Amino acid sequence: MTRYVIRRILWALVLFVVVTFVSYVIFFLIPADPVKLFAGRQATPEDMARAAAFYGLDQPFYVQYWKFLSRLVTHGVIGEKALGFSFVNRQWIASGVQSRAPVTASLVLGGAVMWMILAVPIGIVSALRPRSLIDRGATVFVLIGISAHPVFLALIFLYIFGYKLHMFPIGSYADFFNPPPGQAGGPLQWAWHMFLPWCTFAILFAALYVRMIRASVIETMNEDYVRTARAKGAPEWVVMRSHILRNALLPIVTMLGMDIALGLGGAVFTESVYSLPGLGQWAVQSLETFDLPVTMGVVVFATTAVLVVNVIVDVLYAVIDPRIKLA
Amino acid sequence: MSDDLLVVEGLKKHFPVTRGIIFQRQVAAVKAVDGVSFTVKRGETLGVVGESGCGKSTMARCIMRLIEPTAGSVVFDGREITGLSRHELRPIRREMMMVFQDPYASLNPRKRVGAIVGEALEVHKIGTATETKRRVQELLEIVGLNPEHYNRFPHEFSGGQRQRIGVARALAINPKLIVCDEPVSALDVSVQAQILNLLKDLQKEFGLTYVFIAHDLNVVRHISDRVLVMYLGHAVEVATRDELYHHPRHPYTGALLSAVPVPNPELARARQQILLEGDVPSPLNPPSGCWFHPRCPRHHPGVCDVREPQLVAAAGDHRVACHFPLERWPMNAAEMAAPAASASTGAGTATGAP
Amino acid sequence: MALLDVRDLHTTFRTDDGLVKAVDGVSFTVEPGKTLGIVGESGSGKSVTCLTIMGLNDRRSASTSGQALFKGADLLAMPKNELRALRGNEISMIFQDPMTSLNPVHTIGRQLVEAVHLHQDVSRSSARSQSLDVLKAVGIPNAERRIDDYPHQFSGGMRQRVMIAMALINHPDLLIADEPTTALDVTTQAQILKLMDTLQKEYGSAIVMITHDLGVVAEIADDVVVMYGAQVVERATAEELFARPSMPYTWGLLGSLPRIDHDVERLAQIPGTPPSLLNPPSGCRFHPRCTYAMSICQSEQPPLASATGSETHLSRCHLDQATRLTEIKKLESGHFAEVT
Ligand SMILES: Nc1ncnc2c1ncn2[C@@H]1O[C@H](COP(=O)(O)OP(=O)(O)O)[C@@H](O)[C@H]1O
Ligand SMILES: Nc1ncnc2c1ncn2[C@@H]1O[C@H](COP(=O)(O)OP(=O)(O)O)[C@@H](O)[C@H]1O
Ligand SMILES: [Mg+2]
Ligand SMILES: [Mg+2]
Repeated sequence: MTRYVIRRILWALVLFVVVTFVSYVIFFLIPADPVKLFAGRQATPEDMARAAAFYGLDQPFYVQYWKFLSRLVTHGVIGEKALGFSFVNRQWIASGVQSRAPVTASLVLGGAVMWMILAVPIGIVSALRPRSLIDRGATVFVLIGISAHPVFLALIFLYIFGYKLHMFPIGSYADFFNPPPGQAGGPLQWAWHMFLPWCTFAILFAALYVRMIRASVIETMNEDYVRTARAKGAPEWVVMRSHILRNALLPIVTMLGMDIALGLGGAVFTESVYSLPGLGQWAVQSLETFDLPVTMGVVVFATTAVLVVNVIVDVLYAVIDPRIKLA
Repeated sequence: MSDDLLVVEGLKKHFPVTRGIIFQRQVAAVKAVDGVSFTVKRGETLGVVGESGCGKSTMARCIMRLIEPTAGSVVFDGREITGLSRHELRPIRREMMMVFQDPYASLNPRKRVGAIVGEALEVHKIGTATETKRRVQELLEIVGLNPEHYNRFPHEFSGGQRQRIGVARALAINPKLIVCDEPVSALDVSVQAQILNLLKDLQKEFGLTYVFIAHDLNVVRHISDRVLVMYLGHAVEVATRDELYHHPRHPYTGALLSAVPVPNPELARARQQILLEGDVPSPLNPPSGCWFHPRCPRHHPGVCDVREPQLVAAAGDHRVACHFPLERWPMNAAEMAAPAASASTGAGTATGAP
Repeated sequence: MALLDVRDLHTTFRTDDGLVKAVDGVSFTVEPGKTLGIVGESGSGKSVTCLTIMGLNDRRSASTSGQALFKGADLLAMPKNELRALRGNEISMIFQDPMTSLNPVHTIGRQLVEAVHLHQDVSRSSARSQSLDVLKAVGIPNAERRIDDYPHQFSGGMRQRVMIAMALINHPDLLIADEPTTALDVTTQAQILKLMDTLQKEYGSAIVMITHDLGVVAEIADDVVVMYGAQVVERATAEELFARPSMPYTWGLLGSLPRIDHDVERLAQIPGTPPSLLNPPSGCRFHPRCTYAMSICQSEQPPLASATGSETHLSRCHLDQATRLTEIKKLESGHFAEVT
């Protein structure tokens, strides 16, 4: 187990370097001159040179990349200065990540809970009653969920439930713990503000999960050990609970880990439409303004999150499935 | 031309078990085949029996050079074939063919029967398209299928018919040797009988030599001239069929024979079985000394768990790897466990009078 | 009174290709403490017969008729709850593939304890000690330690022992074993058959042993049912069946068996392949493969009737007594190969 975790972490480090390096390369391939933007419209060549030197943009990109890495190491990944400061407003990136990460986390984790709440019962019922009305309804839902783009869904939800019915707030966020003075906050407000974003974010995954859970349950129902359980005289609900569900949901757990990680990327659209001050929104802004340190900060954070979630899920999987030996 | 078509000497195949964080290093080996020697004469059938996992398929794949043996030599028709390059192997591949166990998995489901059977002809560039077709139809007829089914797919055939297709494929370019890896194990008795009869007929007609692997001792006895018994990667006994079935020398062979169900209630109930205890050990970590000693009813502490027995002649062509071979047969478990006569002589290798 | 009395059992599956008559008028009885062997090639309806008796067929695609009287009560007509109370308690079943028949995510102990709790109102510790006892009884070495292991930590033979332990834990009167040794090696098969025999003597359970191996039948069965194409084609005591098999299919089965106690150059093969149950042959199901077929065989289904004068020995065949006796004579003198 320990060996396995060590190996995973080593691999994670390698991946981390690869991902951040590629991000750097892409940034420098974009045919635009960020220095011009930062130095202002009427800058003299001297001003430009000074600006470039100040931001470190006068050096070749591999030197910059090397500095970026060593800063991470010397300041510690979560240190205040580790990620540098923003070209645009000269604020430390780390504090930006700190304030924005909870928003994204709220969206993604809440969304994951939401999609599981939707998908597990629908998936199971449609597996138990194939070709029934519920199963057919679920199929339609799956088709819609898979084909609808989150931006489109978000706009429709906002229009109907926000603008027309006034059931949910439009385009704002409420902090769970300590909201800024004068703004709504606390768990209830938070959930109320997040509800539409969650739904939007969850629908695609809910649709995929209905399909996966349905297939997995149907497959498990035909396993020999389920027949053994019935032959023992177990009532249907016992068979369902301890011989079908547990086994059928095992592979779903791995998927869940990967999808939560993927969801960090998918959060971008939902955050933009609902004006949530999350990481995705920030990353999009930083790309528009060539704010390299912000982009890198988000990339670093997202990569780390993905890798950590994956390791956790793998370990969890080994704990719940006795057949898996992590070596 | 020598009498022996296939001579296998000290054949070993160890599968490495690796471990490592980024760089893999070998930490152990699965000793799937661990020093097997035997010969197969032209035109005879050598039966190979043993429990599952004892290395039969691995041995077959080494002989066919589908995998590279770890050590040992395989001489086919007077030529050493271990260490030959792919190119050098080509002409030899025409002369040895294989028939597999699973008639469902061993035929490509997306290919037509004509293409499957004619594959070898194509690979070795023998004949034109029309000649190939004619040959394939002839082969289908030989194995008892309708030649007009040339264009069908494997799923349109029953298990037994698919195994016939497998046999036709093996016959396509007149091989000298056919290695059959459990060709009838997945079939029902009535279909099994059809395939066994077919194999025997073909042998007579084309002078084929077979290495016939099975775990069913009845089947092996029916088809073989000589029999090799394997246990945990080793050959423990080799003899002509009648010798082996009437006078087994190895306690393992005895136990196998006594375990075979006989379709005759009186015999079945009168017979004394020698029940082995436990399971076959893992080839990853085989027992010391004699591989069979932990389950052997005649196990002599101090001898069997220390010294590895060699496969030596017990009588004429009958070879056995045991420190205390059986003196007679049948025997029941108690007689077998009783101190063996040769225990006093103590010699590790038992040679001498039959 | 017979422990189990199956009368005219029919099971039909609705499939995309049409109706599959997987069991078509099967009748037999099982006496208390005795062993009935059911033999036949794969697809002849052996498993479905037993699953039907246990009420384990998929209810949506299978329809069933007939009776299965267990101690006088019809299992097929019984409310679901009553049948469930019998399953695993008075009637147990073990299956062919020990590798897949145990739930991989629960320990052996937990699966055994579950079987106890389903039918006995006892404490956890008592259920666990019962489980331990039965594991010891089926010969699992180090049972105290191994009870908390998972199925994948056991070999095939050991898993089949665990399955037997689980089936016997509530001391059933009837144990149905569906090819319990088919997936095992001969030496392990011998161990398992011996174990079943010992435990049968100890617990007094009756056994229905499904197999395709006539050798296994000879080994442990008191009575035998031979199935072909979803029907019973011959029924007899084991002695009768092997001494005087009385219809061509049984002759073919015996003749196609290579055996250790007989030498033949060629095996007697049954030509052709087993019948489709979607669209079974008219008349006698075996007539397309039968070397003795007469014109009546194509048009009329022979009844299951006494073959040799013994009332325990029934078979389905139009052949007259004299022909059968001459053929049986040939068999007795060991001329298996000349049957066809
Ligand atoms: N590719 C492989 N890698 C590692 N071990 C293998 C491989 N192939 C076979 N083995 C092991 O070698 C042993 C012999 O296998 P096999 O030759 O298939 O036996 P048999 O055919 O007698 O049943 C088994 O323990 C098996 O697990
Ligand atoms: N659930 C099912 N749906 C449709 N056909 C089935 C089903 N189960 C079994 N059958 C068919 O019933 C026949 C008898 O099967 P089975 O009883 O399993 O044979 P066996 O004698 O090998 O145990 C076979 O032709 C099989 O294809
Ligand atoms: Mg094999
Ligand atoms: Mg079956």
